[in-house]
Amino acid sequence: MTILRNTLVAAALVLGFGAAAQAQDEEPVRVGFIYVGPIGDFGWSYQHDQGRLALEETFGEAVETSYVESVPEGADAERVLRQMAQAGNDIIFATSFGYMNSVVNVAKQFPDVKFEHATGYQRADNLATYSSRFYEGRHVIGLIAGRMTKSNVIGYIGSYPIPEVIRGINAAYLAAKSVNPDVQFRIVWSNTWFDPALEADAAKTLIEQGADVLMQHTDSTAAMTIAEEQGIFAFGQASNMANFGPDAQLTAIIDNWAPYYIQRVQEVMDGTWSSTDTWGGIGSGMVEFADLSDKIPADVQEEARTAMEAMAAGTLHPFTGPINKQDGSPWLKEGEVADDATLLGMNFYVEGIEGVIPQ
Amino acid sequence: MLRLEPRTSASPLVEAITPVGAVIATMVAGGCLFALLGKNPFEAIHMIFVAPLLDPYSRSEMLIKATPLVLIALGLSFGFRAGVWNIGAEGQYVMGGLAGSAVALAFWNVEGAWLLPLMVLAGMAGGCLWAMIPAVLKVRFNANEILVSLMLVYVAGLFLSAMVSGPLKDPQGFNFPQSRLFHDSARLPVLLEGSRVHVGVLVALAAVVLAQVLLHRHMFGFNVRLLGQAPRAAAFSGVNANRLTVICLALSGSLAGLAGIFEVAGPIGQLQPSLPVGYGFTAIIVAFLGRLSPIGILLAGLVMALTYIGGETAQFALGIPKAAISVFQGMLLFFLLAADLLTRYRIARIRRGVV
Amino acid sequence: MDLSAIDPITLFVGLVSAATPLLFAAIGELVVEKSGVLNLGVEGMMIIGAVCGFAAATTAGSSAVGFVAGAAGGAALALLFGVMTQYFLTNQVATGLALTLFGLGLAALIGQPFTGIKPPPFHGLDIPVLSDLPVLGRMFFRYDIVLYLGVGLIALVWVFLNRTRTGLILRAVGENHDAAHSLGYPVVKIRLAAIAFGGACAGVGGSYLSLVRVPQWTEGMTAGTGWIALAIVVFAAWKPWRILLGAWLFGGVTILQLNLQASGFLSWLQSLGIPMQAQYLSMTPYLVTILVLVVISADRTRAALNAPGCLGRSFTQSG
Repeated sequence: MTILRNTLVAAALVLGFGAAAQAQDEEPVRVGFIYVGPIGDFGWSYQHDQGRLALEETFGEAVETSYVESVPEGADAERVLRQMAQAGNDIIFATSFGYMNSVVNVAKQFPDVKFEHATGYQRADNLATYSSRFYEGRHVIGLIAGRMTKSNVIGYIGSYPIPEVIRGINAAYLAAKSVNPDVQFRIVWSNTWFDPALEADAAKTLIEQGADVLMQHTDSTAAMTIAEEQGIFAFGQASNMANFGPDAQLTAIIDNWAPYYIQRVQEVMDGTWSSTDTWGGIGSGMVEFADLSDKIPADVQEEARTAMEAMAAGTLHPFTGPINKQDGSPWLKEGEVADDATLLGMNFYVEGIEGVIPQ
Repeated sequence: MLRLEPRTSASPLVEAITPVGAVIATMVAGGCLFALLGKNPFEAIHMIFVAPLLDPYSRSEMLIKATPLVLIALGLSFGFRAGVWNIGAEGQYVMGGLAGSAVALAFWNVEGAWLLPLMVLAGMAGGCLWAMIPAVLKVRFNANEILVSLMLVYVAGLFLSAMVSGPLKDPQGFNFPQSRLFHDSARLPVLLEGSRVHVGVLVALAAVVLAQVLLHRHMFGFNVRLLGQAPRAAAFSGVNANRLTVICLALSGSLAGLAGIFEVAGPIGQLQPSLPVGYGFTAIIVAFLGRLSPIGILLAGLVMALTYIGGETAQFALGIPKAAISVFQGMLLFFLLAADLLTRYRIARIRRGVV
Repeated sequence: MDLSAIDPITLFVGLVSAATPLLFAAIGELVVEKSGVLNLGVEGMMIIGAVCGFAAATTAGSSAVGFVAGAAGGAALALLFGVMTQYFLTNQVATGLALTLFGLGLAALIGQPFTGIKPPPFHGLDIPVLSDLPVLGRMFFRYDIVLYLGVGLIALVWVFLNRTRTGLILRAVGENHDAAHSLGYPVVKIRLAAIAFGGACAGVGGSYLSLVRVPQWTEGMTAGTGWIALAIVVFAAWKPWRILLGAWLFGGVTILQLNLQASGFLSWLQSLGIPMQAQYLSMTPYLVTILVLVVISADRTRAALNAPGCLGRSFTQSG
């Protein structure tokens, strides 16, 4: 019955009879989500939708969620956001960087609606931003990869050469290098977030060129499937991909948005929500790991766990000097820790990585 | 036995009734689909077909969404009548958006009233020149324009991708594959306060009127229709088929390019790799749904826009998956296309002994 | 830069497997176009094939069942196009585009329960002696059975079109449907059969993606493969054997581009001040296709031997 009632309320709101919604005493908090991919991508959009489902589980009748999937970044996004605001959502999560201009515009027009933009950097009184320190996860998988590789070649499938991806490559490389000085990274750019066939081909190519451990910063599970088929190791991206590579997956960096979404919706209920800039890592539960594979020797598992705990406690930062840039010029002095601004705009490789960032 | 006989003249009553019948058939079939998915079919149909019409903002968005579809379809309809099959409008749309944006970005720190007209001209030129490739190859080398124009869609898409991650990339944009934001004098003026309805909407409406005049009151329109219906007669009456092919492709390319720059300078405001969202292909369907007539194209474009916007609303208001909306749109297109048969042919009984 | 990391044999093996879905879809479309019909809905038929194949294979636990189901699914969708264009006389271009839209949506609906599971394994053959040959064994004798069937299918289509009476009739229908009709050939039935065959081939190509090449089901996983198949038919100038070449070229460019990236070649170019983006490399097969089209069309008498005369035109008995 609730569903029917709620949809009728939604219908009434869409039709412009907003007053009808006020009749209810205990109005649920209405939460909208807009996804760039299909919820079935098993990567980025899937994990955001898992966060939405966690909201429903946590708050039950007290929230009402809705979503629109596969919304292209461009003219359509602004309309969808605005329609969702107009339909009476209290808080709306825009879950892709490319929605930035749209969400900024719509937030101006709906000062009473709260907006949250994932991975963006423009804020307003009713527009917050949030992202994850995925590079902490990259540090852990870098450690494991450096220990597990026999060929000393790690294959890396990148999407676009944006700071987030480059940060990940650097973090993983530094960690791998710290435990295995001979390690080498081979990087392939797919120029897409999601193209399973291309990602599968990229994985095969990297394996053919000697990689025996794969990392990816693209959204599909194709590379994991190929790693399983070819009997090498890989790391899950965004979600736990163990189903696709039960033997191949060493662990996965899981984007866990649930704690953040639950916290923010709770704040809306309590009336304490304010526009913030959140960049959470392992410590805040936003970066999680799938179970470490039993293929990883016990001492390496121990090493990985220690790193996780140290990062969670704030005693370890993956970018701690001395670190030189690729051209040999010094970046961080001994013991110096990278500041967030540099990390957010990172556009250089660290010393030791071969290749040029496509410009 | 039944057979089809061409109608000598289409009956206006049938012409008006068949699309309505097709829409009703879609509602029934789509309703069954939504019911199978456990959704209330009446609510769903209402949400897709009726709700957007009742809401002022949705109505304004319908106009914006229909603008590129109508502009491109209008341009294509002339060629389609003459038997010139440009199916690469998507590529011309991209090149138009790219060329116009290049102008905007070249003057990213210079404002002026002259900038927008210049961008629009560049956009039209970009689309037009891209369409000249299949035109020249057709006229000079007899290469099939369907296939050449289709190939060029991929080339244009890849070129756009290379440009926004290369020369046209925002230098302050953290390497994200997109351009700078356009400043105000590079954006289309908004007509209605609080909406995104831009000048392009008026241009599209004007184009419908112009196309109507061109088609029925001008020699060009007559020649186009003649070439399509009776190529031989056209040749005898001195119609230069090659020249007409080039003109048709130039026209459709320019309008597609115009749609491209309108989209970038209108609702988007910067060049993004996600610019091609299929308008160039959808416009082909719109052209046929509109029976290649300007007024029909306007209506068909609006109906397509309606289902897009209603489909989005149905997603978040009723939780209908996007996939079901696409299937529903597909059904609508099939029914509308199939219903067209009845306007062009009548069903008659075959008399024995006569074949 | 480390070009030595690119092993030509591995590169060849990679491109041959990458080309297989394209090969199936393209040879099917070739037969359709030879009968005078232009079906632009290949992408839609492929993705329906991918999802039907995947669903059947995981349910039945057999890849073979999957491929059959993929073919059936593709053919069923193609027949929708067939009925629309042949009986309702709708425009082929518009109907084909609508078919893709419809197919992508329908596949996503059917596929919802099947995301996140693994298909049954499907391995390459191990032919005694041949598979163990040095070099040649790796290059030619270790693929999976479907890949060989694809090459065999090309041979069969060639024989069918050039050496059988039915094939001749099919070509006649594509060349001039009015003449074929007045000779008493059932134009519409022949075209329907060709359309169904094309759909089945596209379906197998799609299943190959979801069962072998990627192997998994994800929404939108064909990501434009169907459109490339259309390009290959043109590249091949409607000649079956050239489909093989075309599929290898188009499949090969992707593989080559990835190899050049992984080996650091593109980086090396960029460090020399040549900003060679991967996109430019990806464009080349389309440009080559246009070039091929121009060359084969320029000579009008020879062009007539290749391109079907009635491509894309509706046929009515009375009209």
